[in-house]
Amino acid sequence: MPLYRDEAIVLRTQKLGEADRIVTVLTRRLGKVRVVGKGVRRTKSRFGSRLEPGMHIDVQCYEGRSLDTVTQVETLDPWGDAIARDYPSWTAATAVLETCDRLTEEREPALQQYLLLAGAVRSLAGKEHDPNLVLDAYLLRALAVAGWAPSFHDCAKCGAPGPHRGFHVVAGGAVCPGCRPPGSAAPAPETLLLLAALLAGNWVVADDSDPRHRREGSGLTAAFLQWHLERGIRSLRMVER
Amino acid sequence: MYEGAVQDLIDELGRLPGVGPKSAQRIAFHLLQADPADVERLAHALTEVKLKVRFCEVCFNVAEADRCRVCLDPRRDLHAICVVEEPKDVVAIERTREFRGRYHVLGGAISPIDGIGPDDLRVRELLTRLGDGTVTEVIIATDPNLEGEATASYLSRMLRDFGLRVTRLASGLPVGGDLEYADEVTLGRAFEGRRLIDV
Repeated sequence: MPLYRDEAIVLRTQKLGEADRIVTVLTRRLGKVRVVGKGVRRTKSRFGSRLEPGMHIDVQCYEGRSLDTVTQVETLDPWGDAIARDYPSWTAATAVLETCDRLTEEREPALQQYLLLAGAVRSLAGKEHDPNLVLDAYLLRALAVAGWAPSFHDCAKCGAPGPHRGFHVVAGGAVCPGCRPPGSAAPAPETLLLLAALLAGNWVVADDSDPRHRREGSGLTAAFLQWHLERGIRSLRMVER
Repeated sequence: MYEGAVQDLIDELGRLPGVGPKSAQRIAFHLLQADPADVERLAHALTEVKLKVRFCEVCFNVAEADRCRVCLDPRRDLHAICVVEEPKDVVAIERTREFRGRYHVLGGAISPIDGIGPDDLRVRELLTRLGDGTVTEVIIATDPNLEGEATASYLSRMLRDFGLRVTRLASGLPVGGDLEYADEVTLGRAFEGRRLIDV
């Protein structure tokens, strides 16, 4: 029976039968895998707490016909435990995990997505920044890794150097006056600067931003995400903005 | 594939949680071979439970009247409320015989990924119950998993302004186990919640 072992982050869990769980994990080498944790819902389970969303683990599984089964788990970082103690961080983390689940395919290696996810969850657990900023930075960068990088400076259609006032989700971001489609948004210039900073990882600019621009940026990010994923992320509805 | 009533029974049993097609078939054939009186009793119990059982209007535990057995009991402490996720958690806590207060059943835990938010639970009803000032302590006994933990952190934030004693059930080592087998999270929480030994 083939065994494999990998570093992983738990994305979500679903109850299975009496005391088991189906656990979706994003592994460093193999990509997204769905595994069964036998008896993990029992209070005496040896690794139930390690298979909770947001936990960074070293997991060993054996391959089954439909789902693989967990045989051993070690905690690398108990990020999930730290996140669950702070409600705003937890709602942001669930949106991060759900987005990652949607952007990755089973058994397709996704190292960049893995590293990005690890960075976001670690940052939320360590309360390094405002949870909403971490969430928006993750969403923008995850979309960029998936091939949908938005433009916040140059025109997304013709490439004319910016800054531009118009923003159109379908066009791919900022648009110049010549390319600006009807119905384009006109966000504050500071909002586009904030979004560009989040995409680039410029936390000095992001941490200094005004709450008004953060809220506007979150709206644009959510609209951009929804357009590309075609279906909304359910957890985003619960995030306190 | 069986015909008529047998297949209908297998299909209905297969819709129950945790019952797969093979188990449904096994239960169906067990019922076919069972004493008719036993089957009649089972059918009667199934219809009775749907007819009689409803949710308590105060705590939302299962009840056969407007109020459940716990809410009707005058010996229960009116000053303490234990908040749980499901009615089965009430039974688990009652088995301990440690708690003499009343309960509040939320009807689940906050789970954004499943689309369950605070508005889908009976949080508003809990806040209404606390409004008259009778209750002085709220014990949050949601499941010791991350959804339960996050629900507890949401509730504690909501209850902050009520001036109550808000407590959370302790997490730690299971009785009868070996320390070396405890996972880091459980052991960490056991350390957090350590208590003084009276000497």
